[in-house]
Amino acid sequence: MSEHEHQELTDVAPGVPHDSLFSESLSYVIGLGLALLLTGISFWVASTGTLWGPGVATGLVVLAIAQMGVHLVFFLHITSGPDNTNNVLALAFGVLIVFLVMIGTIWIMAHMNANMSVSPELMNLQMQH
Amino acid sequence: MTAGTEAPAVGLTHRASEDTGLGHRGPESKSIVVPYGFWLFVLSDMVLFSALFATYATLVHATDGGPTTNELFDRNLVAIETIALLVSSFVCGLAMIAAKRANMLWTQAWLLFTGLLGAVFLGIELYEFAKMIGEGAGPQRSAFLSGFFTLVGCHGAHVTAGLLWIGTMMAQIWAKGFQPHIMRRLLCLSVFWHALDIIWVAIFTIVYLIGTLP
Repeated sequence: MSEHEHQELTDVAPGVPHDSLFSESLSYVIGLGLALLLTGISFWVASTGTLWGPGVATGLVVLAIAQMGVHLVFFLHITSGPDNTNNVLALAFGVLIVFLVMIGTIWIMAHMNANMSVSPELMNLQMQH
Repeated sequence: MTAGTEAPAVGLTHRASEDTGLGHRGPESKSIVVPYGFWLFVLSDMVLFSALFATYATLVHATDGGPTTNELFDRNLVAIETIALLVSSFVCGLAMIAAKRANMLWTQAWLLFTGLLGAVFLGIELYEFAKMIGEGAGPQRSAFLSGFFTLVGCHGAHVTAGLLWIGTMMAQIWAKGFQPHIMRRLLCLSVFWHALDIIWVAIFTIVYLIGTLP
């Protein structure tokens, strides 16, 4: 039992729940702690004036992606373990589509806004920048 | 055309010697297939949200002379919403741990706590919506507000569905106990609830925090 336990504690990918109550709970506690930390940093970064203004939005997006990773690993237990390959592949495809849709849309629409010469009155009806 | 070992492998077909995962052993057990199928649904839900995020990002400056993000959003309310949903996600995990050990009392208690925190989140969101609509900043006001109410409202609708699901699962566990098919449903519920929190991370960052930068 103890040997089995020992192997379980050392020989698994991060975020994989172990079979003991303690380590299973610990996975969620670590996840909650990291998520709270990242949320706190996000709110601090958004409120403080000490950081370089134009970089703040990018920093916030990076923090959000990091927090999503924490949720995936510690709450959803998406790991690098062999029994998780299908889940990871599906996730990778989902992330690809999400980025294609978001970046593609924002890119194209920003260029359309910049390139379309609309009369000021029409502009007023549609887009106000 | 007959299938045989000497037939060449073309495209996605496999030789008989290769294990396809669906071959001679038959499909995986339901405890594998059901969560995987639900995971695919959750990912497709995230693709749906990505379209709403893209719409919102495109329209965020199209305020038509109406209120802007900086005038509308209250960071303190958003902080409370964020904490409520995050702790709710955490407690949902504790409920899963208790359910795995067939502990009726703690499973029900944690699920109730999960649902209550979700209700706190939803209450604050509805208060915010009602306040905005009362100030004349409803979804008809501008393209930006249409995009905002569609995106955040869609997430709120998911949370509402999740709350109904939590209540249903509490009743089912109470009536039927921790049978395998009930446990599968509970696992799907937890995946759904964690995914809602992931989408909320994107919403509070892109909509609320970036929207209220000075």
